[in-house]
Amino acid sequence: MSEPQTLFDKLWSSHEIAHREDGAALLWIDRHYIHEGSFHAFSQMKSRGRNVAEPGLTFGVADHYVPTRHRDRDIANAEIAAMVRNLTGNAAEAGVTLFGLNDPRQGIVHVVFPEQGLTLPGLSIVCGDSHTSTHGAFGAYAFGIGASEVAHVLMTQTLWQKKPKRMRVTVDGAALPGVAAKDIALAIIARLHSDGAQGHAIEYAGSAIAALSMEGRMTLCNLSIEAGGRCGMVAPDATTFAYLKDRPYAPKGAAFDRATEAWSRLVSDTDAAFDSEVTLDAAAIAPIVTWGTTPDDALPIDAAAPDPARETDAARASYVREALDYMGIAPGKKLNEIAIDRVFIGSCTNSRIEDLRAAAVVLDGRVSKVPGLVSPGSSSVKRQAEQEGLDRIFRAAGLEWAESGCSMCVGINGDVVPPGERCASTTNRNFRGRQGPGARTHLMSPAMVAAAAVNGHLADVRPLLAGRKL
Amino acid sequence: MEKFVHLTAKACPLTQPNINTDQILPARYLKWPRSRGIGQVLFQDLRFDSEGREIADFPLNRPEWRDARIVVAGRNFGGGSSREAAVYALYDYGIACVIAPSFGDIFAQNAVKNGLLTAILPEAEIAELSDAIASAPTEAVTVDLEQQTITRGNRSYSFTVDPVSRNQLLNGWDDVDLTESRRDEITAFKADDKRKRPWATPSAP
Ligand code: SF4
Repeated sequence: MSEPQTLFDKLWSSHEIAHREDGAALLWIDRHYIHEGSFHAFSQMKSRGRNVAEPGLTFGVADHYVPTRHRDRDIANAEIAAMVRNLTGNAAEAGVTLFGLNDPRQGIVHVVFPEQGLTLPGLSIVCGDSHTSTHGAFGAYAFGIGASEVAHVLMTQTLWQKKPKRMRVTVDGAALPGVAAKDIALAIIARLHSDGAQGHAIEYAGSAIAALSMEGRMTLCNLSIEAGGRCGMVAPDATTFAYLKDRPYAPKGAAFDRATEAWSRLVSDTDAAFDSEVTLDAAAIAPIVTWGTTPDDALPIDAAAPDPARETDAARASYVREALDYMGIAPGKKLNEIAIDRVFIGSCTNSRIEDLRAAAVVLDGRVSKVPGLVSPGSSSVKRQAEQEGLDRIFRAAGLEWAESGCSMCVGINGDVVPPGERCASTTNRNFRGRQGPGARTHLMSPAMVAAAAVNGHLADVRPLLAGRKL
Repeated sequence: MEKFVHLTAKACPLTQPNINTDQILPARYLKWPRSRGIGQVLFQDLRFDSEGREIADFPLNRPEWRDARIVVAGRNFGGGSSREAAVYALYDYGIACVIAPSFGDIFAQNAVKNGLLTAILPEAEIAELSDAIASAPTEAVTVDLEQQTITRGNRSYSFTVDPVSRNQLLNGWDDVDLTESRRDEITAFKADDKRKRPWATPSAP
């Protein structure tokens, strides 16, 4: 009998082309996703006089720089317009399929490609973006790479990699009402810290993970990088197959049935060994918000911000002091008393239809005390939300309903949080200046952002859910 | 690719943990082509205030460390976004080696592709080294990748480095050339894989 294998071992070995003595392996890449940021890689490729090796396995989307308003007009900012034009030119020249600015399928890379059925179980997927880990939700080996590696994949459809270690994060039990995949993910990150999963491929397992929808699994896998993980994954199951059936680029008919047979084998064997194991109890997780400047600065909403004077470790005390100072929060301040200036619902972490529904349930018939922006994850999500009437709920609450893109997650399309302002945000990074120079970001679930909007300060969403249908 | 064998230069301490790539190079400079001089905006929001004035106590702004080529950093340096331009900014500014207790995985991969060494020392040795540097800022530090040592005065430390990265830096290997030499294996894999995993090819919508 052969050694029991983890899901990751199976994914790895099915892509290995060759090995080197120093431990690096050459891997075949099944899907390569590109966006406006891929321009460095295209120039590297061109300077070598090379072409895209497998344009049929390469797919592009305009997301990072696209305006979220006035799509019918020319892009006003010349530099941003050039970024979008450059992507369009590179894709056309290489014969790569592009979901461009006004394509009905346009949206954020990590929302669009699963939606289109391009992300499938068992694939190796790369993109010049750290949140590529999202696609692991389907049982794929998906990881972010830098420009030189993007150029290498463009030219060869392969990549040299060192095999990461295997970590299993098991979450058992039933999550309480009002506790979302984002809360589970933030609880995991708080436990592991921002670098706890460095050098590891994470597999999420347990009954609480199996109970998550594909949207929830994508949120969870998306945030693997915020614990330092190389990638995150969930073994494919009936939920995965039901999501994929009839997606535009997924196998169809008998081919789909044969594929699900193969995909069903993509699970960790019973006795497979992991390099490390972490377990959490889903029932013990409360709605969570971040207070500081890294995603592991995460605490339950009824907690208080830390106090550097009470930290025993000097380095930790100085970190806490600087983080609180940047965030403009007094030591020991109760988190649910922190007033906010605006809200943002969007990004590849939490902008799928289920996320918008969760926020809308809270906002329905209520008014936001602060301004805010809702940017759906894709143009398809936008259309679906409009069919369901969610856009009317957001508008009636006083929030702006915009087009799809990365928007205020990273602010490079011009949607920024002004300096010194505080934003309750469904995004993934509360880094200094992430949402704009001087911006202060609190990460939380879509329902928690809605609760913050209604209250004008960070707040527990659960009382607002009383009597509402989830 | 640029080789890295050894380097003797001034080292600048920057030891707060979790300095991520958004701090190394803020997102608004990601539009810049490298040729625009991306080294100028390295650590922009840590080096300069919102009016564009230098923040005097940021280590790289201190006269003694302006020309440092080595950074001694805290835990989890370069975590976060995959932006390789963060490495371009460091390298073009003049930094060819970062020494830290740990690095973001993608950052470390990007670094080696650009000839920038990421050397790992335990937290306690980082603290000792940065204290020593602070007390005599201009004394040079020597990093030797062949021996895997960092030397300052008569104190020497052994650092760890990923063996794959070490190989690549010492030889100045070019990944693309290396991959080209495996063309036959790639072709064979592809043919075999098409039979084994027909579902891996995207279906026409
Ligand atoms: S939404 Fe944010 S994190 Fe996601 S791909 Fe866009 S910029 Fe990156």
